Amino acid sequence: MRHDRLRSWREDGAAFWALTAPPVLWLVAFFVVPLAMVWLVSFAGRGPQGQVLPVATLENYARALEPIHLLIIAKSVAIAVAVTAICVVIGVAMALVIAFAPTRWKNPLLLLVMLPFWTNLLIRTYSWIALLRSEGLVNLGSGWLHEAADALLGLVGLDGLMPAFQPVELLYSTSAVILSLIHIHLPFVVLPAYAALERIDRDCLESSLDLGATPAQTFRLVMLPMAMPGIATGALIAFILALGSFVAADLLGGTDSIMIGNLIQRQFTASNDWQFGAALSFLLLYVTFALVWLNAARRARVPS
Amino acid sequence: MAAIIEVRDATKRFGAHAAVDRVSLSVAEGEFFALLGPSGCGKTTLLRLIAGFETADGGSIAIDGTDMTGVEPQDRPVGMVFQSYALFPHMTVAGNVGYGLRVTGVAKSEIERRVAETLALVKLDGYAERMPAQLSGGQRQRVALARALVKRPRVLLLDEPLSALDAKLREQMRHELVRLKQSVGITFVIVTHDQSEALSMADRVAVMELGRVRQIAAPDELYEHPNCRFVAEFIGRINLFDGRAAGVVEEAGGRRLIVEGAALGRVGVPMNGASAAASALAVGVRPEKVRLDAAEPDDQRIRLQGRVVEIAYFGETSQIMLALDGGATVSAALTNATRSVRPGVAVGDVLWASWDPADTLVLET
Repeated sequence: MRHDRLRSWREDGAAFWALTAPPVLWLVAFFVVPLAMVWLVSFAGRGPQGQVLPVATLENYARALEPIHLLIIAKSVAIAVAVTAICVVIGVAMALVIAFAPTRWKNPLLLLVMLPFWTNLLIRTYSWIALLRSEGLVNLGSGWLHEAADALLGLVGLDGLMPAFQPVELLYSTSAVILSLIHIHLPFVVLPAYAALERIDRDCLESSLDLGATPAQTFRLVMLPMAMPGIATGALIAFILALGSFVAADLLGGTDSIMIGNLIQRQFTASNDWQFGAALSFLLLYVTFALVWLNAARRARVPS
Repeated sequence: MAAIIEVRDATKRFGAHAAVDRVSLSVAEGEFFALLGPSGCGKTTLLRLIAGFETADGGSIAIDGTDMTGVEPQDRPVGMVFQSYALFPHMTVAGNVGYGLRVTGVAKSEIERRVAETLALVKLDGYAERMPAQLSGGQRQRVALARALVKRPRVLLLDEPLSALDAKLREQMRHELVRLKQSVGITFVIVTHDQSEALSMADRVAVMELGRVRQIAAPDELYEHPNCRFVAEFIGRINLFDGRAAGVVEEAGGRRLIVEGAALGRVGVPMNGASAAASALAVGVRPEKVRLDAAEPDDQRIRLQGRVVEIAYFGETSQIMLALDGGATVSAALTNATRSVRPGVAVGDVLWASWDPADTLVLET
């Protein structure tokens, strides 16, 4: 059905182009053209000083598949998978709590989920340093607990039983990177999962109970499958973002915590090897496209 | 007949508002029972109390002789058909229907057999592998019925089962439900706001208003002998006149109550159990029991003279509305019994509306 006042763009070309042209031009100038340039560079040759030579070659992609680089890629994927998996578990639980909270609690809870978005990524990452370093809050806190326990044992004449407190080295490790990435990407899972859970017809859940299913069965057989499109979308976003991240690995990671993002960054800065950096960037982009396409294809198969 | 559902003084409050207010009723084994009332009368809440989705604030509900207090929905011997059907969109028709068996650990071959059997019962053979999104509204309704029936519940609870269907399909599903009820032989409790649904299908109907049950009776009893003004007005159409009792007379046919009213004048009506002391009464008559004549009818009938102000044509009947002196109106329903006869009435005609005193309803207000 067509509303009379909504005219087709065919009938009113001027208005259509006046509204469409600015954003399209913006996208072309600042997104499509630079991306195309990077794409071209990924096939270019490299001069002795790192100059971009107009030679078509696949050498840059071949280098990306060398064992040392493959290892970094594999490690990045492993980190992103771990981050995504933990984000999904925590995120779905959080989404469940919000979806079934009393109505007046929903918006405040969602706000709490959104709040980290309003803080700069660097500040969020640095705050993990404040928490995890040897003199950080976690170590200070556990040190204090340790002393308290020691003092308690002292009261019953058992002082000296516990070994002296040693700060735990938490920072500059892959675990620290994963911890920070979970924190950063959790909202990307919580919000779509919440939206999907919220949309589920409550009658379906009651119907399941009425048919003799336990609450656990209802969750596994009805709720989770019905919310799956939202959860999958959230997981996909978290995975893509985690895979391409580099700040966390840079600031919180150890010497062996390098990720693809750091590798790419290095090519454009210290290594002055744009060709290789471009090839790595596009490999990442191809993987992303493939995942997005797979997700879309999966959703198209399920009739809603 | 043994009672399968026994509700005693059930009360459910939402905040200060009592959605169900001290309701007592009992449903007999094998009965087709309807809960009828306007929206907000508490009929759906009562059904949800029976199903176990709500917890009563007072009173008790027993199903098949067992008190259901504290019994979870999944452990009650009832099946529920939701207004929205609530089919699982990610499962096939067979998956939906077999769900209740699957979650309780019934063997796979047994599930297949009973799903096929139940789909045949609701005339959906051959649809087992379809997804709910590929079905029409009527087919989804049948899947919802099959899903609830496959577990062989003692009672099937239906919440406005026909309201999502269009008029023609609703009529068809009505017959279908009655047929289904006869073939499975279990008790049906249906919630509806549509009186024709309740009257045409149910053995007995409970009419609810503001959380209370106003009358429980067979459909014809409800229509011809409503116990209060609310039921009389809610079920079907009725002409109501305000009046007050003005004494009792003994006649050959029995005791008659004399009622006086502004529009009515002074009439004698059967007692109908009304109190002779009641100061405010409503006297009612159903439009199809009103006869229209050009000449004043014989002495036995209660009569009113008025001018035709509206003729509403409904196909099978025509409703003629007469305005009386003093502003009251009276409606008569005339059956269009043959094709050729249009009621020989025109707007502006002055006619006598009359009815047999025995057809008069006397209601305390």
